[in-house]
This record gives sequence, C-alpha cells and structure tokens, in this order.
Amino acid sequence: MTSLPSPSPKKLGLVIDLDTCVGCHACAVACKEWNDGGQFGPLPDERAYEKNPLGVWFNRVHSYEVTPTEHAKPPMMVHFPRSCLHCETPDCVTVCPTGASYKRAEDGIVLVDEDKCIGCQLCAWACAYGAREFSAERGVMQKCTLCVDRIYNESFEEIDRQPACVMACPTRARHFGDLGDENSAVSKLVAERGGYDLMPETGYKPVNKYLPPRPRQDASASAFAATSGKVDFSTASPILKWLDRVLTR
Amino acid sequence: MRPTFAIIFFTVVSGCGFGLLFFVGMFGCIDPVRLPRMVELLGLGIGMALAAAGLLSSLLHLGQPQRAWRALSQWRSSWLSREGVASLSTFVPALALGWLVWRDETGAACRVGSAIVAIMSVVTVLCTARIYSSLKTIRAWHNGWVLPGYLLFGALSGACVLWCIDALFGDAVAALPWLIVVLAIASAAIDLAYWRFVETYVGASTPESATGLGRFGKVRSFEAPHTEANYLTHEMGFVLARKHAARLRVISLFLFAMVPMIATLIGMLFARATPIASAVSSVSVIAGLFVERWLFFAQAKHVVMLFYATTDRA
Repeated sequence: MTSLPSPSPKKLGLVIDLDTCVGCHACAVACKEWNDGGQFGPLPDERAYEKNPLGVWFNRVHSYEVTPTEHAKPPMMVHFPRSCLHCETPDCVTVCPTGASYKRAEDGIVLVDEDKCIGCQLCAWACAYGAREFSAERGVMQKCTLCVDRIYNESFEEIDRQPACVMACPTRARHFGDLGDENSAVSKLVAERGGYDLMPETGYKPVNKYLPPRPRQDASASAFAATSGKVDFSTASPILKWLDRVLTR
Repeated sequence: MRPTFAIIFFTVVSGCGFGLLFFVGMFGCIDPVRLPRMVELLGLGIGMALAAAGLLSSLLHLGQPQRAWRALSQWRSSWLSREGVASLSTFVPALALGWLVWRDETGAACRVGSAIVAIMSVVTVLCTARIYSSLKTIRAWHNGWVLPGYLLFGALSGACVLWCIDALFGDAVAALPWLIVVLAIASAAIDLAYWRFVETYVGASTPESATGLGRFGKVRSFEAPHTEANYLTHEMGFVLARKHAARLRVISLFLFAMVPMIATLIGMLFARATPIASAVSSVSVIAGLFVERWLFFAQAKHVVMLFYATTDRA
C-alpha cells in the first residue's frame, strides 16, 4: 500500500555534519559500491566509458560557497552530501500508483519494490530532495535503502551493521541511528548541535538531520589575509632580518 | 521539467476524447434525441478511440509498461492510479450507451447512461489534472489554475471534434458553435491567468532554505556533485528562454482560441463551409493545446534544482 503507515516510534535515519564534511565523495562511492551489488539489484551506468556517461547514484555531494551578507566576513565553503531523507510524510510514497514505493511501518525506511515499479517516475517528481534516480536501463526507480541489507545483516559484526556511507566517511561526518528515540546518540547530537531539516516548507518532515557548520574563525582568518601580503620584519628575529636582506638583494 | 511527447500526447488527446464523451453524454442526458444517431455513435466511438490512444501513449512513458495494470491498485492515495481507474471505468458506460443508441433506444436508460458517461469523463480529466497539480515540488503546477485549465481545454477540444462530426451529418446542433465560442474565450482567459501566475509567482523555496545555510549568507553552487548530466538535471533541469516562451504562448492562444472562434463565425455565415471550418478548428485546437501542454512542462521549475542553485527560487 502506498498510503503512509501510522508513525512508528522507530525512525532510522542519518545525521550529517556539515562542519566536518570535507567533500571527499567517499560516502557516494562507498554507496555506489555497496548498492551495486546489494539485494536491490545493480545501479547501472549508461555509456560509462563514453562521452555522456549517466549513472544512478543514491548519494550526491554538492559544494557550496556561502557568502555572508556582512561584508567583512570571508565566504565559507560547505560540502553538502544529499541523499534520501526518509521523510515521515513524503509524497513520493503516496503518489505511487502501484504500491512499489512504500514506507516501512517498523522503522520508517522508504523503499522501492523494484518488482512492482512501472517506472512512471512520478515519485521522483514528488520528491523535493532529488533522492530518487530512474534507471532507464532497468526501467525502474531506484533510491537510497539506508542499506537495509547491511543494518539488519546478522552475518556482519554488530559494529559493521551501519550504512556503507557512514562506514566509509573518513571524518565521521555521517551518523546513523534511531531519530525517534530521544536518548539515542544521534538524537543527542541533533539536540546539542542544533540539527535542522532541509526545505521544511515542503511539509514532508525529513527524518535525516543536518548539523550546521560551526562558526569559522573569521577574525583571525581576515587578519591573516590582510597582513599576508606584506610582512613587517622590524620586529622579527635577527635571522629572519638577515634572510629578508639576503633574499631581497 | 522536460517536456515528454508521450505525456503531452496523453494529456491532450485523452483530454479531447473525454471532452467529446462529456458532450455526447451531456446532450444525451438533456435530450436523448438531441444528437442525430450517427453523430452520437461516432462521437462515442471517436471519443473512446482518442481516450484509448492517449492512455496507450502514456504507457510509452513507462519504464516497465507490461506492469501497467498494477497502477490501478493504489487509488486510495495516488491521483495517477485514480486517473487509471476512472479512465478505464468510463469505457463501460460509454460502450453500454453506444449499444443502446445502436439499438435506437431513447428511454430513461439512455439518459442515465449519458449522465454517467458525462460525469465519469469530467472525473477522469479532473484526476489527470490532479496528477500534476498535487505535486508540491512544482509551483507552476501546484496552483488553482491547472485544474480548470485541464477541464476547459478538454471541453474545448472535445466540442470542436463533436462540431466536426455534427457538420458531416447536416450540422443539426445549432448550439455547438456558440458553445465553442464560450469555451474558447474561457480557455483563453484561464490560459492568460495561468501564464501570468507562472511569470509572477514567488516560490517559497530558495537555495538557502534547501540547504539550510541561509543563516550564514548567500548560497552559490561552487561545484556540482557530477560533471555530466544526471537523471535529475536531465528530467528537472529543463530551461526555456523567456522570449521563446512568450512567443509560443501567443502561438498556442492563437491556435486553440482565435482559430476556432473565426471558424465558428465562418460556419455561421456560410453554412456550406461548416465541414471545413469545423475540421480546421479541431486540428488547430489540438495543435494549440500541444504547444500549451509543451509549455506547461517546459516552463515548470522543480524545487530540486535549488540544490544545483541554477535558479534563485522555485
């Protein structure tokens, strides 16, 4: 059924720390690697080695330049991983005419049953976050599964039962857990760091949260930028004074 | 949004078919002998053929068309599913009505059958419009102009085709040209209002709200996640130049509103020209609606493009 289940107490999702993300795309690559061989079938690339390659990825990392409106501050670079937010009330589920798109009652994961999907792509139109990518080769819609075939996989050690993107992140910018449980590590992180929803005006109530970048050291950074052009050697050590004389000769 | 021929054909042609079925049903409900028997039979037949052609065209858009039957299952939540159920179930009363007319019945059963055909046709086009107008992610679709637009465009094109059929059998229904004039004026008015809305609305979302980084300043895309196109940029990143949009809008208005009005005038002045005038107006309206529906897609911005920061608002 594509009607939404009644809200479950368990809301599995990700918390993404925009402060520590360095934009290395390791999460995107790890996701592609795991899910290409996962139980939901391959993530095909079309014309992979030709001029206009096109492929299905569940995870995309944007890089933004954020320019403060106050002029004194330097712009900030923010790397921004974007994937399915496993929303609580998403239209991508309700618009599905076949029941292929569904939200799990037990943990809130949004999935596509690829054996039922007719490839009408209406769910991708309904998603505000670009989480769904259609595979023309397979003729079905594909999306992040929150690595449902990892997180419950009992053949893995407990510590490995996490989504591939979380496992791969070298800066631990991605955290996985139950956002419905107030006392979970992820919920505490969200409370502590002021985690927020993307595009809350859609009303889809994303489960995944984003942690804002911490304030940058603007004062020292701009002071460095202002003086780096000309160095005052009058107060420098004798060795540096001598080096300055030798090099400017 | 990228205009796809299969979907444009589906919405325009099935809209025309159900518009035609609506008027056959409406006339039949008011008075079972109002339309000549052959006009009513041909109207039902052509209406069903157009509706079927549109529905078959929509299958071409699917990645797995052989599973299309599954789309009839989720009518509780999905407008696309409701559209499928409503459109297919309209064929039942339409076929039954055709059988009654074929047998020269003119009784209460005809009136009831006609009423059901008319109501189901409206419900179907309503569902078609709601597929698009229910999407919160596309402001150019998620507004009050889309539904009346779909209904009026379907009615206008259906009325033109019915006039064309009627003209072949002696132009018995004098009300049809007047109906077309009224529908053409109403359609043009709705289209102009819709156009104005699309040109002037201020979207609620920005790259700042999409990323949540507005508190730090103005967000600009420094680097996209991929160097080539992907599904999202291909499907939702379609951009149409404003000046082309304005020109196409005028062309579509001329074809679907002006031409049929001129044609009805010619038909009323020169009775012998009616078959040609009605045929020209049918073809012109459908061509104009193809342009209109192409613009409906091409001018629509999807909020996901805010992540690519190719637009300020959506």
